[in-house]
Amino acid sequence: MTAIVETRALTKRYGRRTALADCTLTVPAGRVVGLVGPNGAGKSTLLQLACGLLTPTSGTVEVFGRPPAADSAQLGRVGFVAQDTPTYAALTIADHLRLGAKLNPHWDAALADRRIRRLGLDPSQRAGRLSGGQRAQLALTLAIAKRPELLLLDEPVAALDPLARRAFLQSLMEFVAESESEATVVLSSHLVSDLERVCDHLIVLADSRVRADGEIDDLLATHFRLTTARRDPDTLPAGMRVIHAEHTERQSTFVVRADAAVDDPSWAMEPLGLEDLVLAHLETAADLRPALEPQR
Amino acid sequence: MIEFHIEPRSGVAPYLQLVHQVRQALRLGLLHQGDRLPKVKDVAAKVAINPNTVLKAYRQLENEGLVSPKPGVGTFVTGTLGDPATSEHEPLRQELRRWLASARAAGLDPESIEALFHQTFRSTAEEER
Repeated sequence: MTAIVETRALTKRYGRRTALADCTLTVPAGRVVGLVGPNGAGKSTLLQLACGLLTPTSGTVEVFGRPPAADSAQLGRVGFVAQDTPTYAALTIADHLRLGAKLNPHWDAALADRRIRRLGLDPSQRAGRLSGGQRAQLALTLAIAKRPELLLLDEPVAALDPLARRAFLQSLMEFVAESESEATVVLSSHLVSDLERVCDHLIVLADSRVRADGEIDDLLATHFRLTTARRDPDTLPAGMRVIHAEHTERQSTFVVRADAAVDDPSWAMEPLGLEDLVLAHLETAADLRPALEPQR
Repeated sequence: MIEFHIEPRSGVAPYLQLVHQVRQALRLGLLHQGDRLPKVKDVAAKVAINPNTVLKAYRQLENEGLVSPKPGVGTFVTGTLGDPATSEHEPLRQELRRWLASARAAGLDPESIEALFHQTFRSTAEEER
């Protein structure tokens, strides 16, 4: 599997604050990768490092096997939509498209025009007067008309109402389906149900560490909720890795990772939805935090 | 042509939801042999799902012998999902009734019966795989 983005021990500090610490991960080619994690986990920092807006404090990040934003050719291959889908409020839609055409060597003017028309937007409209959903669609249009091989989106739907959110995801999936060269997309979001729809790969980031990373179908097939009479996690069969454990006086509830469900009359073992799967990893990260702190 | 939808809260993998919907459409007679399934690109854009998910569903249906792709044209329905004639249902139903009666006689409440059925169904399905 070719890696489009590869980070090794990637670290970014702002003064004494650590935004991303020791992050090692790989984004495989041709996938739509969801980046999920709590606020402050380092998602935005990671995306900005990957497109070259930030430089690492230590560690490395490579995009297409080279440092991000190494030259204009490298920049032309990467599209980035920053958080809150910013546009130039005083410029019209047509101005934005002209700007895109002047700045990008592979600009697809026909695609941009077609999208704006189909969205029912008036090219003479100023971006500042657009609704949140329309502005997001304009930002997406600019990003995909440059025909990127890697498209990075930072919380693109966080501020949108459900209808605008769905429309945005439809446009994004249309881009993925139409891209002949199998574009790779990385998008961060809090909305696991959206990620489950549009992504085929998920990276769970918490405290700047990768907690889970894999194809969504594989993750779903290997995570289970196991409810049993109270027992020590060490007594569970080998091959089950406990992600998260909760105990009452009598009962233990585990989220485990295993190759397959194991039938046993003494417990109930059920598949886990993606949202609960992500939460289990995030809760574990939160539980571990005080214990890890002194080691840093 | 059929339309797909995804229910995020169902706990069923999205690609399997698509597979189920095609099977259901075949059973209901909404899809016939020779019909074309919607294009991957159209499903992705309409339903807002990953095109790979649609491809995966179509591949699974192909493995089940229900559809086959014609390169450059589309994916066509080639199989049928005739349930065994409904006349088969009645004797099975009667057997099930007898079994339910004995389960209740053994003191099982409805939930235990359901749990037992699902557990047995699942383990049998896994053994057959």
